[in-house]
Order: sequence, then structure tokens, then C-alpha cells
Amino acid sequence: MARIVAAMSGGVDSSVAAALLAGEAAAGGDEVVGVWMRTHPDRGERWEPRRGCCSTEAADDARRVAQQLGIPFYILNVEQEFGEQVIDAFADAYLAGTTPNPCQACNEHIKFDLLARRAVGAYGAQAVATGHYARIDQRDGRWRLLRAADRTKDQTYFLWNLDQRRLAATRFPLGEMTKTEVRALAAEQGLTTAATPESQEICFVPAGDYRALLAERRAYEGEPGAIVNESGERVGTHAGFAHYTVGQRRGLGLTAEVPHYVREIRPESNEVVVGTRDDLAMRGFVADARQFVAGDPPAERFEAEVRIRHRAEDVPCEVTLVGTDRMVVETAEPVWAPAPGQSAVLYRGEECLGGGRIART
Amino acid sequence: MAIYLDHAATTPLRAEVLEAMLPFLTEHYGNPSSIHGPGRRARQALDESREAVAGLIGAKPREIIFTSGATENDNLALAGMAWAASARGRHLVTTAVEHRAVLQTCAMLERHGFEVTYLPVDRYGQVDPTAVADAIGSHTTLVAIGYANNEVGTIQPIAAIGAICRAAGVTFYTDATQAAAWLPLDVDALQVDALGLAAHKVEGPKGVGALFVRQGTNLIPQHQGGSQERQRRAGTENVAGIVGLAEALRLARGDPEAMAAEVQRQRGLGERIRTRLAAIPDGEMTGALPVRLPNNVSWAFGGLEGGDLVTALDLEGVAASTGSACTSGSTEPSHVLTAMGVNADRIRGSLRLTMGRTTQLEDVETAAELVAVCVERVRGASSEIAPAGIPTPAGA
Repeated sequence: MARIVAAMSGGVDSSVAAALLAGEAAAGGDEVVGVWMRTHPDRGERWEPRRGCCSTEAADDARRVAQQLGIPFYILNVEQEFGEQVIDAFADAYLAGTTPNPCQACNEHIKFDLLARRAVGAYGAQAVATGHYARIDQRDGRWRLLRAADRTKDQTYFLWNLDQRRLAATRFPLGEMTKTEVRALAAEQGLTTAATPESQEICFVPAGDYRALLAERRAYEGEPGAIVNESGERVGTHAGFAHYTVGQRRGLGLTAEVPHYVREIRPESNEVVVGTRDDLAMRGFVADARQFVAGDPPAERFEAEVRIRHRAEDVPCEVTLVGTDRMVVETAEPVWAPAPGQSAVLYRGEECLGGGRIART
Repeated sequence: MAIYLDHAATTPLRAEVLEAMLPFLTEHYGNPSSIHGPGRRARQALDESREAVAGLIGAKPREIIFTSGATENDNLALAGMAWAASARGRHLVTTAVEHRAVLQTCAMLERHGFEVTYLPVDRYGQVDPTAVADAIGSHTTLVAIGYANNEVGTIQPIAAIGAICRAAGVTFYTDATQAAAWLPLDVDALQVDALGLAAHKVEGPKGVGALFVRQGTNLIPQHQGGSQERQRRAGTENVAGIVGLAEALRLARGDPEAMAAEVQRQRGLGERIRTRLAAIPDGEMTGALPVRLPNNVSWAFGGLEGGDLVTALDLEGVAASTGSACTSGSTEPSHVLTAMGVNADRIRGSLRLTMGRTTQLEDVETAAELVAVCVERVRGASSEIAPAGIPTPAGA
């Protein structure tokens, strides 16, 4: 009998994913074990107005759901690894003038690597299941990563790092479901988490303000510097380059007649470059750390669609591989503000081909 | 059916104990403080239980305070006695390997201006009695040292420390929770002024304990609001629990020969496990031999997380612990193993197996074999090389 580890965050999606697996187990399928990961220290007794997936309440909820499903439940402490590979990497990305992608990093390093390895050792399991909206199938002897049936919830943007070996050990039980169906199933089964609100913000950044985190983890307090325009003219003063991201409009304190946005961040000179909306429209970019789900790229030069942020539209593009880990992505129509550090994820129809990390140019 | 090897966390309730308790959960529901018949019936059970517990440890019935268990004992004894003697002095002596209930009560007293000396231990977890003597000063009022350690089972030289404290005129409290089923508890022979016991470690119910406080030792109550327990512990008595506590202690300790035989049997079981674990590479026994609880086997393995090992064992049907039921889920390294100087990598890989009266030889043989299997599996997956351990499921 095989065993599957269900990663349970205390939210409704992972609860229903575990419930579906528990239902299969009851019908003679693989045994299920629920695991909640402690990713950073809980803040003790302090009442927290916003709940995230790392709060003690979330652990309590996950445990209650596991009890309701009649599956074993364990807490796995990953504070050290999450601290280094997600939180520190998040801070370092800002200090390098780029925009971090913590959910992708957590998937790559924690859920589908650390947990997958611990699943084999501690839990004797063959696979990790999560509540992500994505699908996996097999064609011509290879695993494929496909967009969720519910396109509005599709999370493949954060999963493009999954390679053949990881996909073989991964299950996405919600891939064919809509969010509405998930909520309905949770309610029908009376799961504690049926009405848990959607988590939107980054789980380790309270109230979305990451500046305190930069100070705490990297002693970065921010030093005022110049805001310059395309021609190099100083048009304002910023509070520290790492407090800005490409595409940001708020907080610049500019008085120009047309809205200006951050176009580029230059950590070396502590400069923030701004431009108008049109200035930020690009016909392409370079990405590094390229990786393909199939292992090999489709070709040295190929057509695909690219997505440059979670909620952005897919844009047809032509991809040309360069060197060992880079690729040039030329888009058929302009893409707005490709932000260094963010993922550029490649698709063909419903299939996610892989992706890369948008590079500073 | 799981093999249960976590008797230091709690024990199964013994059938005879449940039977003794049941009438006090059903027909004899009276409040012992009431004047009427039902109340008097409950009062009688309370008095008889107090006599029984006192008799088993060589104390007088009036020296027994029924409590909710070990944590309350530690809080009540330390805070109660420290405050009661605070006009004479505000210095306490304890060790670095005490239970959190002792250490955190000490920390609370420190916040209120008391001074606490935390004595070091040797690599086996033992405190040196002469270090206790040296630590006692003119302002010392209380020494608190646990009888046997809950994580590694090391037994402290309680009688020797008791003699030192008595000579110095200092009150001596020992938490005997883990010792209750196995070690001598005569309070005069041990020369202790206070001693704590909990029912659920000796096949009794959870939520009830007893604190012996020698006549003449002052104690300021920590609960207000009632005159129960001779005004030292307010609150309606847990009559059924107290009956269960007395019965459990009587069954465990009433027949000294049977108790000695069970201690011998436990040593044999422990030896069997240790022999198997000693063959696993990169590991060591923690604690002492032979001055350890007969039912305790504790080990420290390199190259793995103790929590992973305990999880793996659980899924294989063996209930074990990393060291203390009260610290699981945290990654704080064990303060006990740290104080004993165990190497940091191995502290993370601690395992505690604790047997009980119902544990059989085949249980420990199966469990020891599964420990060996799980250590190897968990180590393979803890390696930094990703993720070679993930197989491709056929046709999935």
C-alpha cells in the first residue's frame, strides 16, 4: 500500500485536497498522512488581527480537519530552511534590486523538495499532495504540468520549477475542480476550514509591509537617494532603493502631470528610475535560470505564450535559448513592466512548458 | 495495535484503578465538604485515600495535599515555599536539567526578585551533592532537585542531597513524578521536606497528583477561595481522581517484592533494546547506567531529526518520543541533553523509549528492530542531496 503526504496549511484548498485523498483511501486507495509545516516562529500569545498560514490558528484548523478525516496528522518544523531559502532569499532579492517570488521559492525549496524528501524518510510516503490548482498528466512517457481546469484559479505560475522527478511524486487533487466546488465540498463534509477566507498576502510579511523585514533580516534601513527619469534628470527623492519594485506607482511622491512608475532599480548607485506608463511597455526581455518541465527545451528557438506575473495575460512570444541557462523572450505585443526577479512562465495552450527568472538588463 | 513505549509521557489507566474510581463518578457524587450523607461518603473516600498515599511514602496523612498533578506540584511547592520563607532569604538552588515546570517557576520567582542557582550536571545528567552544599548560602531557603529525569531517566542522589539540606537547615523539594513506580519513596529515608507525585505516570488517571509537605514546612497557597486541603489548596477535591491515585500507587508500590521483581524485568527489557540500538552507527546512549529509571531507554542519533524518527515509528506502529511530551513540535534543543554536553547534531536526533508494566519482551524486540529500520530510512531522506529518494510510482 502506498502512502501520500497531504500538505495541509489550514486553508480550505489543502483541506479539501486532503479530504479527496482520504476518500480515495477509504475506497482502497493510498493511505494519507496530513502534515502542517511551521515555517516561522509563532508569535506566542499575541492576538493577530490577520491570520496567515503560519499562525497557530492555522495549525489548529489543519489538525481539526485531519481529525475529521480520520488521518494521522503531524507538525513538521521547517523554520530554518524556510528562513534561509524563502525569507532571506526574499530580502536578498530586494537588496539586489529585483522583485522576489516567495511562493515560487517555497514551492521549489520547501513543499516539493524538503517536504518531498522528508515524506520519503519520516512518513514512508511516495508522493506529496497539495491544494494547488494545477493538473498533472502523462503523455509519451513524460509527465506534463497543465493549467487548472478552473483557469481563474490556475497556480502553475508558481509551479513551473517542477521537473520530471518532482512531478512523479506530486499530486494535485483539486486540478479538475473550481473554487466554488471546493468550497461546496468543504461545507458538505463539514470541514472546520470550509469558510476560511482566501489568503492573499505573503504569509511571513504582516500587513504586506516588508520594510521591517529588510531591517530585521538584513539590517537594511534604507538610505535616501535619487529618483531619476529616462534622461537621467533627478525628479525626486526616494527612501531607499529596496523599498521599491518595478511597476510601482505609489509612494514615489512625484508631482509630474502624467503618472510615473518605477522602471528600473539600480542598487549600485541607490537610484530609482521612473518612466511613464508607455515607457514601461517592453517587446521582450531576457530570463535566466531557465528550466523545462520535460527536462529538455522544445527547441533552440520556439514559439510559446509567456506570463510575467501571476495575474497578467498570456502573450504570444518567441523564445531563443542563449548560453547554458538564459533565454531571450520576444513578445508579439508589448508586455508591461517585466520585473527582474519575477518568473516568466512559458505555456502552450493548457500545458506549462517551464520558465525562467526575468533578468536585469 | 500500536506498541506503546512512551510511559514517561503517560501510562494506560489500569483496569482495577478505573473500577475503584467508577463509584465516585456515579453513585457517590457528594462534595467532601458537605455535611450530609453523600458528602460524608465522599469525605470518607478522600480520608482513606490520603491515609493510603501517606502510608506508601512514610508520611502522615495531614502532610499530603491533593493537587492536579506534577506541574501544579512544582508550582505550588516552589512558589509556595519560596514565598513562605522569603523573609529569611530569597535564594533557591536547582539544577539545569529540571522539568520546565520547575525551571519556569524559578524564572517567575527571579522576576520577583529571587535569586536562583542552576547547578550543572555531569555527562550522565547527575548533579554532585557537594556542589549543592557549596551553592547553599546564608540566604538560601529552598533546594529543588527532581528525583529522576523525565528525558534520560538519570536518578539523582536524593538522600545525600537531603542530608546536606537538613544539616544546612534548608527546605528540600523533590519532584518524584517519574520515580513513582520504580524507586524508594520513604520521605524520612530520603530526608526530603516536600515530594511530588502524579497519578497518570503510575497507571492512574490524568489530572490528579499529591504533594507531600513535611509538617512544620510553611507553604503559601497558590489557589485562593476555599479551605480544602487544610487551606493549602482551594477547590473542590477531584474525589474520583484521588481515589484512582491512591489505588494506582497501592497497586504499583503496595507489594515491595512484586515491585522489585518488576524493576528487574524492566531492566531486562531495557537491556534488550540497548543491545540492538548500540549496533546502529552514529548514535549513543544518553544518561547513566545503572543509576537510571529501569524503564527508560534514551538515545541520541547523528544525522537525523528526532521528530522525523518518532513520526516514522508512529506510522510503523511504535509510539515513542523525542524526549519530553511537553516540548514536542518545537525545535528548541533539549536543555537536558545540552546541559549534559551531548554534541549538538546528536541532540537534534534524540529518542526516548519508556516501557511500562504491560510491555512485553516481543514488544521491545519488534520496536528496537523498527528503530533501526527507521533510523536508516530517515537518515537517507535527511541528506542534503535532493531528491534522490523520490521514486517514480508505476503507472500513477
